[in-house]
Amino acid sequence: MNLNELSILSLYSAMAVYAVAFIAFSIDLAKRSSAVDAADTESAKTEAGEAAAVGSAGGTSTLTRISARMANDAATPYGRSASLRVGVSLTVLAWALQLVATVLRGIAADRVPWANMYEFAMTGTLLIVTVFLFLLTRIDLRFLGTFVTGLVLILLGIAQQYYVEVAPLPPALQSVWLVIHVFVASLATGFFALGFALSFVQLLQFRREDRVGTDKPGRLKFLKTLPAAVTLENLAYRTNIIGFILWTFTLMAGSIWAERAWGRYWGWDTKEVWTFIIWVIYAGYIHARATRGWRGSRSAWLAIIGFAAVMFNFGVVNVFFKGLHAYSGL
Amino acid sequence: MSRPSDHIDSAPVPSGDGITQPKLGFVGTLRWFWRQLTSMRTALFLLLLLAIAAVPGSLVPQRSSDPNGVTQYFTDNPDLAPVLDTIQAFDVYSSAWFSSIYLLLFVSLIGCVIPRTKHHLQALRAKPPKTPARLGRLAGFMSRTAPAGTDAATAVAAARTVLKQGRYRVALFESPTEFSVSAERGYLRETGNLVFHSALVGLLLVVGFGSGFGFTGQRVLVEGQTFVNTLLAYDSFNPGRFFDDTELDPYTLTLDDFDVSYETANLEAFGQPVDFTAGVTVTPRGGDAKAGAVRVNDPLRTGGTSVYLLGNGYAPTITVKDPEGTVVFTDSVPFLPQDANLTSLGIVKVPDGLEEQVGLVGFFYPTQDESSTGSYFSSFPDLEYPVLTLNVYAGDLGLDDGVPTSVYSLDTDTMEPLATRTSDIQPLELKPGETQELPNGLGSVTFENATPDAADGDYSGSVPRFASFDIHHDPTQGWVLLFAVLVLGGLLTSLFVPRRRLWVKAIEQADGSVLLEYAGLARGEDPALESAVTTLADRHAALLKRSARVVSPVEPA
Ligand code: HEM
Repeated sequence: MNLNELSILSLYSAMAVYAVAFIAFSIDLAKRSSAVDAADTESAKTEAGEAAAVGSAGGTSTLTRISARMANDAATPYGRSASLRVGVSLTVLAWALQLVATVLRGIAADRVPWANMYEFAMTGTLLIVTVFLFLLTRIDLRFLGTFVTGLVLILLGIAQQYYVEVAPLPPALQSVWLVIHVFVASLATGFFALGFALSFVQLLQFRREDRVGTDKPGRLKFLKTLPAAVTLENLAYRTNIIGFILWTFTLMAGSIWAERAWGRYWGWDTKEVWTFIIWVIYAGYIHARATRGWRGSRSAWLAIIGFAAVMFNFGVVNVFFKGLHAYSGL
Repeated sequence: MSRPSDHIDSAPVPSGDGITQPKLGFVGTLRWFWRQLTSMRTALFLLLLLAIAAVPGSLVPQRSSDPNGVTQYFTDNPDLAPVLDTIQAFDVYSSAWFSSIYLLLFVSLIGCVIPRTKHHLQALRAKPPKTPARLGRLAGFMSRTAPAGTDAATAVAAARTVLKQGRYRVALFESPTEFSVSAERGYLRETGNLVFHSALVGLLLVVGFGSGFGFTGQRVLVEGQTFVNTLLAYDSFNPGRFFDDTELDPYTLTLDDFDVSYETANLEAFGQPVDFTAGVTVTPRGGDAKAGAVRVNDPLRTGGTSVYLLGNGYAPTITVKDPEGTVVFTDSVPFLPQDANLTSLGIVKVPDGLEEQVGLVGFFYPTQDESSTGSYFSSFPDLEYPVLTLNVYAGDLGLDDGVPTSVYSLDTDTMEPLATRTSDIQPLELKPGETQELPNGLGSVTFENATPDAADGDYSGSVPRFASFDIHHDPTQGWVLLFAVLVLGGLLTSLFVPRRRLWVKAIEQADGSVLLEYAGLARGEDPALESAVTTLADRHAALLKRSARVVSPVEPA
């Protein structure tokens, strides 16, 4: 068995473990819902409790800053959960397996493992999980586990369609800027992915908070165990601006590389166009957050559209659009 | 506050604005319009519009980046293409509508940045604002009691010291019962934001006008050939609007050799090129010759120009002689590669010296192979078994019509096929060093071998290669880089430097003790505000304790 075959085996193992982690995280979400049910019956007598708790979490809008208290602004506190811990442990294990797979692929090819579609997917998803695990060391975002493992599984599944054998880099790709530009772009994608998830949950949470006090309870009960919409928004913003800065750098590094490779730093090639579009959407998102009437749900939608464009750029533009970037051999 | 009035941190405009407004005069209307244009909402709208407007250019081929694609599009969609063309869909990024969006955006940007810069310059010189009467409702509010024996003035002086050490700008305030210090830091945040936005304007200007001062040109060189950087030496030359030919620095550049290496170890990628290197010699005018190299991804910078390696291929040396043996044509002719294994197509035109004008359409196979149908193809890009086939046509080459014709194409419609796959005589087939008679006794043609002395069967150097170079001059590139760095630097500071105000208040209590109050206010995103207040309180307490000890030494027991 050569290194590349080991890499493939390791990647398949990682996918299997991600799948189990996904199940564990899903069980956790289900448990959260039942915990909310239990807490609701418990507090049915002390009716006022919940409304007051939500009021304090959602009301202070812009003045509420994220802090160490983040978990405390959940409407229903949620205790320890075995499935959550299993999910995180398995994600770490799968991440390690994927890291091994990626490194082996790099060694087998004798270069960085991000030079074609299959390899971008492998490195890119590895970075998504890395960013997720990194953020976990600072804040409790474990409730995003289903999203992260699910997304990574889908992307790795699609990547299998684009499997190519190890091949040396064509001269056009032999550049330090490949190393820098593509790596930073993948890292930015990792942050955007989590920003997207946070914005998405923020929207759900906002809807739930809106309904509190009416008698329509909403189906996604587990939301009550998650941070308040404002907290989620602040977290999403911080994650997205890191992504934005990395993306700005990606765009510039790409231009420097384009100048060296093609003799012009900017030429509106399809891939350049989409990199630009994504940059502008996120600039819009940042502006929206600072614009009265746009903070909250509206800006969250922009983050979601931004990430959709990132995925589009990665999946559709690479595969179906014609352009100079197409010769990376998919 | 000179941020746009609908900025989230600006004080809300009283409701009813815009509905019950008094009648605006002309100037008033202008001012109203200007306010709208420079509002956050407009900026946001234009940004989103810009993103949307950029999309079509990725769906439809663009003349700037893919002219052949546009031609193809016209052939494929004869009805739709002209309609799209009228709305500039093939020139999206220079179209009137795309340009007006970004120009409006930048007018808005300038209109937004100028008042903010003025305001910021004032703020840089101003004192931090007066301490609010009640701190209790501000972020991170906390209160402590000062160590016994500290009076309010001393406590506040100590707080001022702590804050100054933390690089806050401070101002002291006092009233009969309370002393306070107001502190602000993070002016750099706004500076960064203004640098960011201004650098965007700079970037647009340099990019917009920059290309006008440069040029791009192309030149094909066969191994051994030399190019002098003058207007006439270019195969094609595209000067910018403001470019002046006399600026060309007439250095010479010789292509000494062109090295290609192909993958042969990895069977999955067999024959894939792994390196192209053009070995060149550059001689500046009046200077000494210097060896250099041009590689893909690694241009040569010389004489104010950048030389890029754009393409390469084979340039078989072909000699045509008349029946008496007089040379009427001899040259290394660049053949254009048609596939990855460098099956190449080239044209030879012999207008004079033979009985008729003769045109040759040649196919060159660096490693010739034959398919089951009998047609030739190349199975490897290097020179393993080179074969040249020539279709021969006689008649009018069309060179005398005064219409410029490409050296890479031959119009055979008006010519008589003498040796082609469909004529009686099959195309001529030559290996390096071989000569064949032309049909009809017109003369002969030779495929020269560049290394006639090589061992039998070693063709590796038999056919010269050519390289095509792109030569660019863009005096504004350095500026673009500078503004890009400013954009990035401004962005980093404006997003990560926290701007905040902190207040410490010391209130003399009726019982003689001193109550200390701390609070902060973030201006913009500041996740660490509360911990900053706590840290301040802790440092302050530590300092007070230390100085209390110094002032009143511990009494002997
Ligand atoms: C070319 C178009 C523009 C782009 C790409 C852009 C991009 C950005 C970005 C990335 C930020 C966040 C970084 C920072 O704070 O420096 C920002 C902030 C800001 N921009 Fe722009 N901008 C543009 C035009 C404008 C215009 C026209 C205005 C004026 C209405 C404006 C006003 C602001 C303000 C006030 C902020 C600070 C937001 C805050 O307080 O968080 N920008 N812009």
